[in-house]
Parts: sequence; C-alpha cells; structure tokens
Amino acid sequence: MSWSGRKYAVSDTVFFAGAMLGLCCGAAQAAPLNYLLGHGDKAYPVVALTWGVLLIAVAVIAIISLLVAGAIWRRPGIGMQAPGTRLELSGAEGGALWIWIGVGVSSLVLLASVVWTMRVLADVTSPSKRAALTIEVTGRQWWWQVRYLSDDPARIFATANEIHIPTGVPVKFKLIGGDVIHSFWVPALSGKTDTIPGQTNETWMEAAKPGTYHGQCTEYCGVEHAHMGLLVVAQPSAQFRAWYEHQLQSPDPVGGQQAAGQVDFNVHCGSCHAVRGTDAAGVLGPDLSHLMTRKTIAAATLANTPENLTRWISDPQGVKPGALMQRPELSDSELAGIRTYLQTLK
Amino acid sequence: MTIAEYERAPAVASADQQGLAPRLLRIWKTEPGIAGWLSTTDHKEIGLRYIVTAFAFLIAGGVEALIFRLQLAGPNLHLLTPEQYDQLFTTHGMTMIFLYAGPVLSGFSNYLWPLILGARDMALPRLNALSYWIYLCSGIFLYAAFACGFGPNDGWFNYVPYAARAYNGGPNIDFYALGIILLGISTTVGSINFVVTFLRLRAPGMSINRIPILAWGTVTASAANIFAIPAVSLAFFLLWMDRNFGTHFFDVPAGGQPLLWQHLFWMFGHPWVYAIVLPAMGMVSDGLPVFCRRPLVGYTAVALGTVATMVLGFGVWVHHMFATGLPNVSLSFFSAASIIIAVPSAVAVFAWIATIWNGRPVFTTAFLFFASFIVLFTIGGVSGFMTGSLPVDWQLTDTYFVVAHIHYVLIGINVFPVVGAIYFWFPKFTGRMLDERLGHWNFWTMFIGFNLGFFPMHISGLLGMPRRVYTYADGMGWDWLNLITTFGSFVFAVGILLLIVNVVASMRRGAPAGPNPWDAPTLEWSVSSPPPPYNFAVIPTVGSRHPLWEGRVPPQEGDSKSYVEGGMVLDHGRETVGTSPLDAEPGIILKMPQDSFAPVLLSLALTAFFAGLGLHIWWLAIAGLVGAGLDIFGWLWPERSLGETAEPANV
Repeated sequence: MSWSGRKYAVSDTVFFAGAMLGLCCGAAQAAPLNYLLGHGDKAYPVVALTWGVLLIAVAVIAIISLLVAGAIWRRPGIGMQAPGTRLELSGAEGGALWIWIGVGVSSLVLLASVVWTMRVLADVTSPSKRAALTIEVTGRQWWWQVRYLSDDPARIFATANEIHIPTGVPVKFKLIGGDVIHSFWVPALSGKTDTIPGQTNETWMEAAKPGTYHGQCTEYCGVEHAHMGLLVVAQPSAQFRAWYEHQLQSPDPVGGQQAAGQVDFNVHCGSCHAVRGTDAAGVLGPDLSHLMTRKTIAAATLANTPENLTRWISDPQGVKPGALMQRPELSDSELAGIRTYLQTLK
Repeated sequence: MTIAEYERAPAVASADQQGLAPRLLRIWKTEPGIAGWLSTTDHKEIGLRYIVTAFAFLIAGGVEALIFRLQLAGPNLHLLTPEQYDQLFTTHGMTMIFLYAGPVLSGFSNYLWPLILGARDMALPRLNALSYWIYLCSGIFLYAAFACGFGPNDGWFNYVPYAARAYNGGPNIDFYALGIILLGISTTVGSINFVVTFLRLRAPGMSINRIPILAWGTVTASAANIFAIPAVSLAFFLLWMDRNFGTHFFDVPAGGQPLLWQHLFWMFGHPWVYAIVLPAMGMVSDGLPVFCRRPLVGYTAVALGTVATMVLGFGVWVHHMFATGLPNVSLSFFSAASIIIAVPSAVAVFAWIATIWNGRPVFTTAFLFFASFIVLFTIGGVSGFMTGSLPVDWQLTDTYFVVAHIHYVLIGINVFPVVGAIYFWFPKFTGRMLDERLGHWNFWTMFIGFNLGFFPMHISGLLGMPRRVYTYADGMGWDWLNLITTFGSFVFAVGILLLIVNVVASMRRGAPAGPNPWDAPTLEWSVSSPPPPYNFAVIPTVGSRHPLWEGRVPPQEGDSKSYVEGGMVLDHGRETVGTSPLDAEPGIILKMPQDSFAPVLLSLALTAFFAGLGLHIWWLAIAGLVGAGLDIFGWLWPERSLGETAEPANV
C-alpha cells in the first residue's frame, strides 16, 4: 500500500468512527435502556471506558479489514484453476515482521486497556461520599420488591418496581435473591449486579440530575423474564424527602362505595398483597399501599392508568402469560369496586 | 502372534508394488451391507457421519432460530408462547454449542487426522466408533425429549435455582442433564483418542515442528476437553441428584450454593469455547496458505499461540460471572486475563494477513470463506475484548451485545471455516469438486446474510436490549434493528441452503478432482480421492512441513526429503506404525482391531441406561447397565490377533 493509500485508510477510519459515534448517540437517546449515555458519578467513568473500548474495537476492525482487503487486492489475484493445476509457489521470507509489529502494537493497546479498566474499577467500586440511604431490593418472579431501610424500624417501608432516590448523593443497594437469580440493572446509572438466593450483594448508584431511569432484569429467570422492568425516579432532595415521608404513612381510610371495594380487595387480593393499615397483609406480591403514586404497574409493563388497572386485574395471564398472579373470580361490579378502591391508594 | 511381530523389521516397498493394493483392501475393507455399516471402525466413514450428523443438527438449530426470530421481528408479537420461546432458544443454544460446533470439528479431524499425519487409522479405532455412536444417541436422546415437549427451557447454561425442581417441575431439565452427561462420554473418549493419535501415530519423520496446525488445534482442544468435561458432567450429575433424590448441592434453604453451579459450568464452558474454535482456526491456518500459494507465515508462533490460548483459556471462566457479586479484587484478575488472552489470537490474525500479503491469492470459494473469516474473527475477538473489561461488562453482559459476540465467535470462527473446509476437502471426501459458481453465490449470501443479521445485534445490545426476552415493548429503540436481524438471518439460511444444494448436486455431477486438485502440500493429497480404506499403501516418511511442495519452496533448516511413493508395507493384518512423541521416530508396529459391533451395542446399552434414569423406569436402567457391563467385558476380551493373549512360555 502506498503512503497516500495509508493516509486514506486513517481518514476513512476516523470518518467511520465519527459516523458510528453520531449514529449511536442519536439512537441512544431514543433507547431508554441504552448505556452509551450515563448520568452520575458511578456512570461517568464507565461510560467513558465503554466509549473508549468501543472505539478501540471499531478502529481494530477497520484496520484489520483494510489490511485483509489490501493483502488480497494489492496485486491481481488468480481465478479458479482446473483441478490439479500446479501454480507457481512463493517462499518469500519476511512475513515475521507482520507478527512482531502487529502483536507488539496489539499488546500495548491491550495493556493500556487493562490499566484503564483497573483505574475505572477503583473509581466505581465504592462511592467517594457517604451513602444517603440504603435500599433493599429483592428480585422475585417477575417483579422487584423494594424496602427502604432505616435504623428506626418505624421508618422502614416497602414498595415495588419503582425506586425513588435523591439526586447528587450516592445511594446504596442491598440485593437479595427472592426465588431464582435475577439481575438488577439501571443502565444509565449503574451496571448489573445479580440478586442471588443465599447471598446479599451490594451495589450503589448516584443520579446527577433528576429524571426517570429505566431498569430491567437481565438474568434469565423464567417465562416472564421479558416483563420484569423497574423505574428509578431521581428527585431533588426536597421532593425526595416529601415522597419518602408520604410513603411512610398508611393510606387514608376509605368510606362509602370504596369501602365495599376494599372488602372485596381484602378477600380476593389480600392474601398476596398488602395495604398498610388494613387487613390486607399478604407478602407474596407487591405492597400496594401507595399504588397510585407509581407510574407503572406489573413491573413496568403497563402505564398506571385506570384502563390498564382493570385489564391487569381482570386478566393477568393475558398481560403476562405465566405470571404468578392468577385471574381472580370477580363479577364486573366487584372488579370495578376493587379498581375504585385501588385508585384511592394515593 | 509374538512380541517379535511388533518389532519385526517391516518390508519396504514401492507404493505401486504389484498386488499390494488388493491385499491391503482385503485387510482393511469394511463388509458391505448393514452389518458393515454398524460395525465399521474406518475413521473416514466415522468422520463423514460426524459431519453429516452435525449438519443435521445445525439445520435443526437453525430452523429453531428462524422461528423465534419471527417472534422477535417486531415488538409485542405473539407467535409463540413464552414457554415455547424458552424451549426454542434453549434448544437452539444446546444444539449449536453441544451437538453442532464440537462434533462437526471432531468429524473433520476424524476424517483428516490419519491422512494428514500419515497413518492408517486413529490410534483407537473402536473408541472412535464408540465416540460417534454415543454422540448420535445423545443427540437423539435430547431431541426426543424436545419433540415430546420436554426440551430444556433454562438457557443452555442452565442456572440454578431456576433449574431446580422447585421452579422447574417438569422432566425437561432431567433429560437435559442426562443427555449432556451421555454426550460428555462421547467427547471424552474422542478427545483421548486424538491425544494418543497425536502423540504416537504420526508418520516417521513428522517431528513436533512439522505437524499441520489443524492437528495442533484439535489436540489442544482435546487435551482441554479431558480436563473441562468432568466439571460439566459433575455439575449436571449433582443437579440431577438434587432434582431426583433430594440432595442439597444447589439447594439454598439447605445451605446449597447457586454459584457452585456457575463455577462448575463455566470451568467447562469457557475452555469449550476455545475447543470449538481452535481446530477451525487450524483449518484456516492449513487451508489458507494453499490458496495463497505459499507456506503459512509464522508456523511456530501460530502453533504456540494455539496452545497458549488454551492454557490462558482455563483462567478466564469467571468473566461469565462478573455480575455475581464476587469481590472486585478477585474479579480484576479475571478481567485482566480476559483482555490479555487476545495476544495469542493477534499472533494468528497477523500470521494469516501476512500469508495473504506475501502470497498470491487464488479466488476460490474456500479462499473467500477463509479470508473473510479473518475479519469475522476480529469482530468476534474485539467484542470479546470489550466484555473482558470488568466495568464495561457490567453493562454489556446479558444484553444482545453478548449475543452478537457469541454468534461472531460461533458462526464467524466455526461455521465460516467449516464451510470453507467443506469446499477445500470435499474433493478428497468424494473425488468430485463442488461447483465454484454456486460456491461464490453461497459465500456472498452467507457473508451478507450473516453480517446483516448479526451485526445489528451489537447495536441493539448497546441500546440495552436484554437477551432471552420472548418479546419487547415498542419505544425501546430496538424495532428496526430486530427487523433487520430477522431479515438477515433468513438470508443467511438461504446461504446454508445453497451449500446443501451444491453438495447434493456435486456429489453426482461434480468435476472429477484427482488426488490433489488444489496442488496442496500435505499428506492427505498424496492419496487418491476418496482415499482407499487403508489410506496409504506404504507408510510415508516425512522430511518437511509440506511434503508435496518440496523443491518448490525454500527448505527450512533440518528439512530432508519426504517419501510418499515408497515406505513400510505393513500388511500382516491391520497395522500401522507407532512413532515417538517428539521426533516421530518409528518404534513399533501397531496392530489395529477389526470392525466390531461392541461400540454400537455399548452406545445403545448406555442410552437405555440413561433413558431408564430419565423416565424412572428402573428395570430399563439396570438392564442398560448390565448390557453395558457385558459389552465392555466382551470388548476387552483378549484377542489373539492383537497379541493380547499370553505369550507361549518358551519365547
């Protein structure tokens, strides 16, 4: 390859990498689970490293492809010959230099990548500031149980599938395997950590700015693995405080028509679901005490709208085939009553 | 039969000596008919069966993939129920990893090894037959369960506790466990056979620095298998005990450890990945230079790189477990090792490029497959490098990025070389050439279809698509990518179909190949196509790395002249010569066994045993076990013709 050819190869590579970069950034913004854009002290060094190794990878592919193409087409090749044709052979020496240089450069890049990897690892292993709070997350088929821990037992509460955190401070997570192995993942804030039965794993994250971040179970865990999402809502400290204090309260007592719905709820749903301050105290399914403050239902599968609530309660197996929530035997009026009651759980 | 018979000075003659070929044919020929078909120990017959069976499984696994790619073509599709999807993707993985990728390479090596090493058969011909029959039986065993609706449904690496009875109550996982243990017997005996053959059956003069890279790749993989298979067989056995007899190896409430499964599985699983690519890389290292009209650049570095990859490959299994909460300090060692393991692969990549650069390419279909493989190998390699970086892997793992990576490894580094190898060695197998025009169509369809189908998976992975989801919501940014992937996978399938069309058509109508259609340098091309049952009329003597190119390429230091036209005759029954492990000095005449029904019967008995265990039909299990015992007893009964009976006292 001539020198000008080599220059083209370099500019092609840069152009290709730039195009990839633009394409990926554009696509990433439209993909809520992407991990090419991060938002927080734990995410930033990892995002930089991800882009770094990604660009190294793209550059290596481009260089090797050009070398292979150059090696093939640097002189006219030979077409297929009749079987048994004895074409001239070459025994030219000198190929060893390719291996020395190629492997030498590769080794340097690989070593540099190891060093960078270790530095990022040191940065993200634990937060540099004290964690603001500790949240316990239990992976269950196919939803996330969330408990906000506190030294004061009266200030512990449970919720599900939606985690609120304050912005600008690290938050610690204790991860528990409730049945099979799941993996807890909120790509914009932190990489994955498995929830494994029999052991407690830990991770942390920090959101630099307010927002709703998507998460998803990423260890195959059974038939509804696909529908095991979660949301992390990062809020400025004051808003978070308000949310937190509200979650600690039991929901307001209900009366009238809604009381009938509550009775039906307790009969049909209360052995799995809990609503604090009522007879519904089940532990198998999500705590529903402040259901209406959540953006989604069924582990981030459906938006939390009245229509979707009806759909989910009346036909859970239609929404999540194989889910452990069974279709309850409800008349239309009972269903409407339960839904009306649930809508009071603000 | 006396000791002297092994140490007699063999007659030396020319290969075309009058009457030699018919005599050897009489000695080595397998009886025609069903009896011969079931009892043959001919490595060529066994090798072809391996390849054909593995391709049948490739097609089955491919059809499964096409079905679930339709389900994933768009968001929220309901072609399949979640359970159907789970069984399909798991069976697809099991099929491709266990029943295609390993066995197809065993097939090539079985067929080619004695021919490239200059021997008349593998070292242990009956074990070779056993290895094939058990492979076939275990494949049928696993697919019988799938056909009855009890296919595995927990992903091919089958993590507990989801695989435990509490969460997976059907018999699905029991059949998977038993099938894989059965297959493990096949892989183990096959691997032992390769190692022994490599050490003892090379032609006189084929010293350790003259062995084709394919043999290096296969022996390295085989040695690894001997250490790796016990881990997975043990894991599946313990799981089966947990599921059926209430043991607690993985049972958390009783103190069992889910991570024990992962360690045992990946101690096998990662070396296995190398075992199913190193022989394929060897095929390229041997085949590519033929079409560059020059010897491979950096033979020694490539051979050592092969071994080094495998050695390092035993120290990286934890990179499959980066998210399991192990301490970061210990993970960091595995991360560094997983990045550094790319160095020996870089050796091979630059050796291949230098070979093309310093040679003159002949644009055959095989060349296209081998040369394009270098690029696919690089893509699969750098995506592996990315997953080796621990903090990055916390994001990448269990997304479609890893799915893209594994497919660039398995299709790029296994299927592409294998199809290239079919174009390269089909003339040797059949005596006929594959059609080159159709071959070019075949290549371009596969190459474009593959990249169209699998490259976008990298991007859907980077955009956060988790693997093993039976459907996905819209608005996640993955819709178009998945549609392209599905389309590409069908184009790729058309490419495979063209290959099959070409093979079927060319078997009948292909141009006659002659012994050496490509003017290639190694011993298999010195005999007729297809080779006679005895391979070589006389045992060749090897004096260089490329016996058939001597005088046409500059000799290496220490090279001497090879002889393929004359040599040891060895016609007192089935015989070949045993040589020393390093320098291949001839030392002994090896007596090879006759065809035998023992291997096929033992396979059937073992299958009955495992079927009995799976179905809880205990009398069947016991009958199978007794049958297997009796069969082994008969198999090992000393044979006079092999010199296994007592010597007369006066000798």
